[in-house]
Amino acid sequence: MKHDTENSTVPSAAQPGRAPLIAMRSALPWIIAAVALALMPVVFASGSALTIMNQMAITIIFALAYNMLLGQAGMLSFGHAVYMGLGGFFCMHLLNQVEYNELYLPLPLLPLFGGLFGLIFAFVIGSFSTRRAGTVFAMISLGVGELIAACSIIIVVFFGGEEGVSGDRTMGPTVFGFDFASQLEVYYLTVIWLLLAALGMYLFSRTPIGRIANAVRDNEERAEFLGYSQRNVRWISFCASGFFCGIAGALFAINFEILTEENLNLATSGSILLITFLGGVGFFLGPVIGAVVFTLLQTVLSLYTELWQLYLGILFVLTVMFFPSGLAGLLAMHVRPWKIGKLGLLARPYVQIAGPGLIFVLASAAVLEILFHARHASIGAEQMSLYGISFNSHAVAPLAFALIVAAASLFIIARLAPALLEAWGDANHGDSP
Amino acid sequence: MSLFIVNILDGFVTGLLLFMLCSGLTLIFSMMGVLNFAHASFYMLGAYFGYQISTIVGFWPGLLLAPILVGVIGAAIERYGLRRVHKFGHVPELIFTFGLALLIEEVVQFFWGKSQMAFEAPDVLNFSAFSIAGNAFPAYKVFMIFVAMGVFLVLLYILTKTRVGMIIQAALSYPETVQNLGHNVPLIFMGVFGVGTAMAGIAGVMAGPVLGTFPGMAVVLGSIVFVTIVIGGLGSLWGALFASLLIGWLQTFAASYNVKMADILMAFGLNQPVDMTTSMLRDLWSLTLPQIGPILPYLLMVFVLAFRPQGLFGKRET
Repeated sequence: MKHDTENSTVPSAAQPGRAPLIAMRSALPWIIAAVALALMPVVFASGSALTIMNQMAITIIFALAYNMLLGQAGMLSFGHAVYMGLGGFFCMHLLNQVEYNELYLPLPLLPLFGGLFGLIFAFVIGSFSTRRAGTVFAMISLGVGELIAACSIIIVVFFGGEEGVSGDRTMGPTVFGFDFASQLEVYYLTVIWLLLAALGMYLFSRTPIGRIANAVRDNEERAEFLGYSQRNVRWISFCASGFFCGIAGALFAINFEILTEENLNLATSGSILLITFLGGVGFFLGPVIGAVVFTLLQTVLSLYTELWQLYLGILFVLTVMFFPSGLAGLLAMHVRPWKIGKLGLLARPYVQIAGPGLIFVLASAAVLEILFHARHASIGAEQMSLYGISFNSHAVAPLAFALIVAAASLFIIARLAPALLEAWGDANHGDSP
Repeated sequence: MSLFIVNILDGFVTGLLLFMLCSGLTLIFSMMGVLNFAHASFYMLGAYFGYQISTIVGFWPGLLLAPILVGVIGAAIERYGLRRVHKFGHVPELIFTFGLALLIEEVVQFFWGKSQMAFEAPDVLNFSAFSIAGNAFPAYKVFMIFVAMGVFLVLLYILTKTRVGMIIQAALSYPETVQNLGHNVPLIFMGVFGVGTAMAGIAGVMAGPVLGTFPGMAVVLGSIVFVTIVIGGLGSLWGALFASLLIGWLQTFAASYNVKMADILMAFGLNQPVDMTTSMLRDLWSLTLPQIGPILPYLLMVFVLAFRPQGLFGKRET
């Protein structure tokens, strides 16, 4: 689903007369995704798993909406949490209105209103911020983001000040007998909106305006000479992104029933940039992969270590330096070997390097953990346990051991790397097996 | 009136401190065409290194050694990180510096933890230099003014009067031509990046004892620094100076004059609603100037960018 290279497949779908409205080939991934999402609660039935999956679904919508700007229109925003947050705050107020019987609104329709609010706000801000792309746009987005985040403390009526705005999702009219009190019902509501939003964003990227957004990203001057106003193209993309961010915000409001300043600030805006880039900005599915991996890392890794943000930071910087096309790009690199039937050539070197690679990662993490423990443990608490082994973190031996293991595995990786590169070269050459 | 003079001086100190960061950032921007998002992180590193060195050999060696250390780290990051990312384009570069800012904050927490360090000004400067109508002005702030101005004058002298400065200026505008004349342009870039980050380091060592040495200090100052150079005009050194002082004074004055919105509204003949709890406009009525002080720079930036995208002193649009 790389949208840069897929142009070649478009004409085949446009054969006059014969082509069905929706080709089976393009509908199949969506049907599979829908079935998989419907079956997820059967596999992961626990409450915490449902919470993680809800959070994941919301992050996916947000990341996809963010990538409408970063990946498809080439606009780097440092304050995009604002559009999701404002949509969420607006929906929270709507929920409270519903609770006091001042408004009749079934809960499943709420995200639509969150989206509209995000759209209106994006329309207003976009009217002056989309005039230029690049650094100016990034700086305006940062300024607006900081402005709104700071305002949220001051304007208590709308943002609720320090404690935020909270509400109750179950007070509205029931829909087909559902009152959305259980996590499972909320999961299905979230997932339906996830599919709708993802489909909407995918279809947007196929419309002429979505295509022109790519053109403006690649060369704004040339697009301008073709007769398209680069500013209007960016503005429309920005509004569409704001709409889907608003939907994500509304789902956040439904799920967590509270919104605070944290939903608007720079840290949230930064983490969505991190998620999207980690997944891969050049691919429609990139942000989805990024959101899933990030949410899993965040929830699982933070159970085991205090240093998870450090690991995430290292991972992010390494991704930008060595794999600027992200995890999706890494996967896409294997499409060609797979198509020419030579993926098997890579299996052996991959298996060989996986062992030392895993040991290197674990040993490096051990070095960091031991150093961290030795520096910050309270006096007397010098015992630490790592990977099920208990030892004294202030002693030299464990640290030296971890360092030696890390160095040795790095040495083995360096020895195996040429074979991998050679296999990679072989796997990418030739037309047929 | 005396409060006014004290505020002028305080704002001047804040402005000069901002300028120490902005000047380096602006130089780096004119060189690479990319904003270094991690610039304030180098300022934080300076403060922490200064603290660590001061616990071993005292404040003064720290003031000298910490910026050198920060500059070396900055140069290494330019050489092995930024130069690598440069070929991917501007947006990945900006994202790289953003990731670097996150990483440096985590690294600082890894070594020094989350709490504030007990970084104190040296005893020699621990007295009040003079007082204006009962408001004592600490000698340390006088010292900060002199160091900042000294650094600025040295930088100005090097950039405009020496041969090295001429080559740097030429390399900023026409890197290919300077390269063809036989100068090592990548080395110049690395050097400018190192010096720029070292200046942020000096600012960090000096600000650490006054503003506090804690892991959030980069975030607190970081966005203000961007706002400042964007208002001044990207790439303009004089714009950076003007905007730094403007923001410094704006923040100091907003924090010390307790102007209430209610008074202003009543001066226009409006009546305050009796029951404030139900009024939708209650926030407007309870607003005070110190409350909105922190958002004034952002407001100013949004206005400047909306009406004059090149900034107040900038020559080119980005």
